[in-house]
Amino acid sequence: MIKIQSITKSFGDKLVLNDVTGTFEKGKPNLIIGASGTGKSVLLKCIVGLVKPDQGQVFYDGRDFFAGDRDLKIEVRREIGMLFQGGALFDSKTVEQNVMFPLDVLTRMKAEEKIERVNFCLKRVGLENVNKKMPSEISGGMKKRVGIARAIVNNPNYLFCDEPNSGLDPQTSVLIDDLIQDITQDYDMTTVVVTHDMNSVMGIGEKIMFIYKGRNLWEGNKNDITHSGIQELDDFVFANKVMNSLRDK
Amino acid sequence: MITEIGKYFIFLGHLFTNRESFRTYYNLILEECVAIGVGSLFLVALVSTFMGAVTTVQTAFNMVSDFIPDYVISQVAREMIVLELAPTIIAVIYAGKVGSSMASGLGTMRITEQIDALEVMGINSISYLVLPKIIASLLMYPLLVILAGFCGMLGGYLAGTLTGLITPADYILGLRSGYNEFTIAFALIKSVVFAFLVSSISSYNGYNTQGGALEVGVSSTKAVTSSVIAVLIADYLLAQLLLGK
Repeated sequence: MIKIQSITKSFGDKLVLNDVTGTFEKGKPNLIIGASGTGKSVLLKCIVGLVKPDQGQVFYDGRDFFAGDRDLKIEVRREIGMLFQGGALFDSKTVEQNVMFPLDVLTRMKAEEKIERVNFCLKRVGLENVNKKMPSEISGGMKKRVGIARAIVNNPNYLFCDEPNSGLDPQTSVLIDDLIQDITQDYDMTTVVVTHDMNSVMGIGEKIMFIYKGRNLWEGNKNDITHSGIQELDDFVFANKVMNSLRDK
Repeated sequence: MITEIGKYFIFLGHLFTNRESFRTYYNLILEECVAIGVGSLFLVALVSTFMGAVTTVQTAFNMVSDFIPDYVISQVAREMIVLELAPTIIAVIYAGKVGSSMASGLGTMRITEQIDALEVMGINSISYLVLPKIIASLLMYPLLVILAGFCGMLGGYLAGTLTGLITPADYILGLRSGYNEFTIAFALIKSVVFAFLVSSISSYNGYNTQGGALEVGVSSTKAVTSSVIAVLIADYLLAQLLLGK
C-alpha cells in the first residue's frame, strides 16, 4: 500500500499540487484522473521521487520515502516498476536487452535464468519472437507492452503507469488496461495509473482519485463516478460523448 | 554563470556516488571506447595530416633568410604540432564530433524519459551514463593525440618533400634536432585535461536538457561552445603553469 500525505509542489509561482492526500491499495489498479495540466503526472513523479515535493510525505508500506536515507530510497526504488508515457525504451538496446536491463544491473542472476525470465515476461504481455528487434522496429502498442514487461521483470511490489493508453487505438488500449489489471491481481502489486481516458476509468477504475487544479477533489470507484454530485468531476466525465449519451438515457 | 559552474561541480560529484558494479562499467567503457576512439580515427588522421602539411608549407614560406637552415622548417613544424596543433586543435574537433554526440545522445535520453527510467530503477543515472563516457574519453583521447602528432608530421613530410621545399634528410634532421621530451609529456597532460573537459561539459549539457527536440539541438551546440571555451582557457593556464618562466 502507498499512502501520500499533504503533497504540495510549486514550479516558480505556479502551484501545481496543493495538499494532496490519499491512499493507493494493493491488488487493484488505483487510477489518478483529471484533465490535462491538472498535475497528475507531477503527482506520479512526486510519488516515485523523480520530483521532490515542497512538502508532504510518501509512505511505501509504512516506509517514509523522503525522510529516509539514500539506502532506503534505493531499496524502495528497486521495488518499483514504471511504465512511461512513451515507453522510455533504451534506443540502443534490443527488446530483449531492454527487458533484461534491470536484471543485468540490479541482480546477480545467471545468463540462462535472465533469458528465461525475459521470455516469461514477454510472453506474459503477449509478445513473442520480438526479442531481437530494436524499439524503432516495433509499434507503439508493442513498445508499451515491452515497457510493461521491463517494469515487471524484477518482480516489483509497486507498478506505476503514466498514461499507458496515450497514442493507442481503442482495441490496444483495452488490451493494455486488461494487462495492467491482470498483472496487478496476479502479482498482488500496488498499481497506480495516471490517465484521462474514460474507457480506462470505466474499465479498470476500482479505486479512483480525481485531481482538479492540483487538489484531490474526489475519491471513489467506477460505479460511483457518474453520480458524484461534483460539478468539476461531471464536467470531466461527461465531456466524453459516449458517457454523455449514457447519462441522457 | 557562477550558478552554472556550481551545478557542474555538483554534477561531477554525483559521478562517484551510488555506483554500480565494476562489471557493469567495464562493458559500458569498452562500448564508449569503440564509439569515441575508433569512430574518431579517420577524422583525426585526416585533419592532422593536412594540418601538418599546411604548417610545413607555411613555415617554409616564412623562412626567408638564407642563414636559416632548411631543417628548421620541420623543427618548427614539430614543435607546433606536438605542443599545440595535435592536442588543442584536435580537441576542438573532438568537441565538435564526440562532445556534440554525447550531448545529443544524453539529451534525447532525457526528453524521452530514458534517464527517468534509470532513476526509477534506483540506478544513479549520472554515474551509469556519464562516468563510462569520461573514462573512455580519458583513455582514448591521448591515443588520438599521439596519432594526430604522428599524422601531422607525416603530412608535413609528404607536403615538404613532394613539393621540394625540404629534402627528406633535412626533414628528419629537423624532427630530431633540439628535441625536448617534456613537450611530449606536456601534450599528453593537455590531452588528459581536454578529454576530461570535453566529455564532462558535453555530458553535463546533454544530461540537463529540458524540453523537446529543439532543445536537444540547443544543448548540443551549447556543449560544443562551452567545451571549446574551457579547452582554450585550460590551454593557456597549462602553458603558463608548465612552460611559463
